[in-house]
Amino acid sequence: MSTYILGQWKKTYALFLFAGGIVNLSGQIIKETVRGKIYWKLLTEQIVIMGWKSLPLVIITALSTGMVMSLQYGLGLEKFGGKLYVPKLVAITILREMGPVFTALMIAARVGAGIASEIGSMTVTQQIDAIRALGTSPIKVIVIPRVLACLIALPLLVAVANLVGNAGGLYVGAAELKLDAHFYYQKVVTTVDFNDYLSGIFKTYFFALFITIPACYYGLSVKSGTKEVGQATTRAVVMSSILILVGDYFLSKLFWVLER
Amino acid sequence: MINIKNFRKTFGSKLVHKDVSFYVREGECLGLVGGSGVGKSVILRSLIGLEKPDSGEIEIDGIQVHNLTEEEMVPLRQKVAYVFQGGALFDSMTVFENMAYPLREHFKLSDDEIQKKITDTLDELGLAGNEQNLPSQLSGGMQKRLGLARALMMNPKVILYDEPTAGLDPYNTKKIQDHILKLKKKGVTSILVTHDMPTALAVCDKMVYLLNGVVTSSVLTKDLYSNPNAEIMKFIEGDVA
Ligand SMILES: Nc1ncnc2c1ncn2[C@@H]1O[C@H](COP(=O)(O)OP(=O)(O)O)[C@@H](O)[C@H]1O
Ligand SMILES: [Mg+2]
Repeated sequence: MSTYILGQWKKTYALFLFAGGIVNLSGQIIKETVRGKIYWKLLTEQIVIMGWKSLPLVIITALSTGMVMSLQYGLGLEKFGGKLYVPKLVAITILREMGPVFTALMIAARVGAGIASEIGSMTVTQQIDAIRALGTSPIKVIVIPRVLACLIALPLLVAVANLVGNAGGLYVGAAELKLDAHFYYQKVVTTVDFNDYLSGIFKTYFFALFITIPACYYGLSVKSGTKEVGQATTRAVVMSSILILVGDYFLSKLFWVLER
Repeated sequence: MINIKNFRKTFGSKLVHKDVSFYVREGECLGLVGGSGVGKSVILRSLIGLEKPDSGEIEIDGIQVHNLTEEEMVPLRQKVAYVFQGGALFDSMTVFENMAYPLREHFKLSDDEIQKKITDTLDELGLAGNEQNLPSQLSGGMQKRLGLARALMMNPKVILYDEPTAGLDPYNTKKIQDHILKLKKKGVTSILVTHDMPTALAVCDKMVYLLNGVVTSSVLTKDLYSNPNAEIMKFIEGDVA
């Protein structure tokens, strides 16, 4: 029993430590972004790694999400003669929720894990110390390019996911639900409004921070040993995913209030 | 030039340094010896602010290191170079980029000037022609020399060597030793952490022996053998850890 309490206490303590660390890291990121130069070369490099190289993964995810949604809505609504609403429902669900959330989750797994393990290994091999010892800042050369790159790449990836997802929906709509492709397209274009799109994109900026900041934090917290690098990677992905899913609810609600 | 007074450092409940004091005069080379795990690296790391002492004072070239913030450390770190035991090379960058990094950060040099400075230094350390290789493509001895080469890019006044010859063959040991002597002749002040007694005897002016968190003896290298009772002799002879 007492070991159980001790375990819980340790977990709570770790959570506070995490919260403190995140606040501290975010403060440093803001401070050093506002003044001081931006490393354009490192930034573009990271945008390519995070954005361009994630494209296949994002396309596959979005395509299957759009297709399966179209199919399920079609099957579900057919009984009530509501098949005609499939285009609108698929489009709005993708733009507002599935596009941003699924893309962010995939990027958390791919990019967040990459960041945490890379920074963790750099800490273990004293490369982070070397950056400091050479009179430079790991926040500036390592953290900020990754955070900015994700802030730039994620909205673009979500924009692609939105397009591809709807294309998948349209394909299933036409091929399986026997809806006219032109009708499907017209329905999407006329029923979706710009707020639906904005609501989704608005979240991606938060998701980008939810992915990169915990990943950098856990990577930098590694002290020694490759085992810790593995743990840091796992924690980064778990924490980002939770933040994305829980944050999504509150962000949706916030935008919902703003829209009225 | 370097002055440590009543330095104390703990990690959690582990007391590493109880009370360490020593000084190094300008142009001198101090040998810091002691068994593995006595905290030699911790001292070097504290000198450039990678660790914060629990209490005590550290002064280098008139700068009070112990109460600087991370940002205020920058001028200090431009003067004081730390040659990491494991090299701490940036493994995703080429040899050239590793060397260019501190130059681009701290000096406004043209590409040609950077190129020249790097080629010259690589030449001197016997690493010419490796500019485009990754550190992982170099041998252990070459990696250590590259670590030194990168530290030299900033023309430091003070160099802290953390076991620069550990694990090296005689050829590489000699190369590093020669280079340390050469830098010393140029007036660089240094601290050499090492177990390699021949190198220490060849380059150090004095030696400080650490045991259980305190300096147990401090002798001039030239007096070492005329003072055979010193604790440090026991260490050299392998009688204590
Ligand atoms: N960041 C750290 N956290 C906890 N303990 C540390 C840390 N750095 C060093 N130590 C401990 O301090 C002691 C001295 O380490 P070190 O200075 O590396 O010894 P050495 O004299 O071999 O260079 C070791 O016992 C090590 O475990
Ligand atoms: Mg050491």
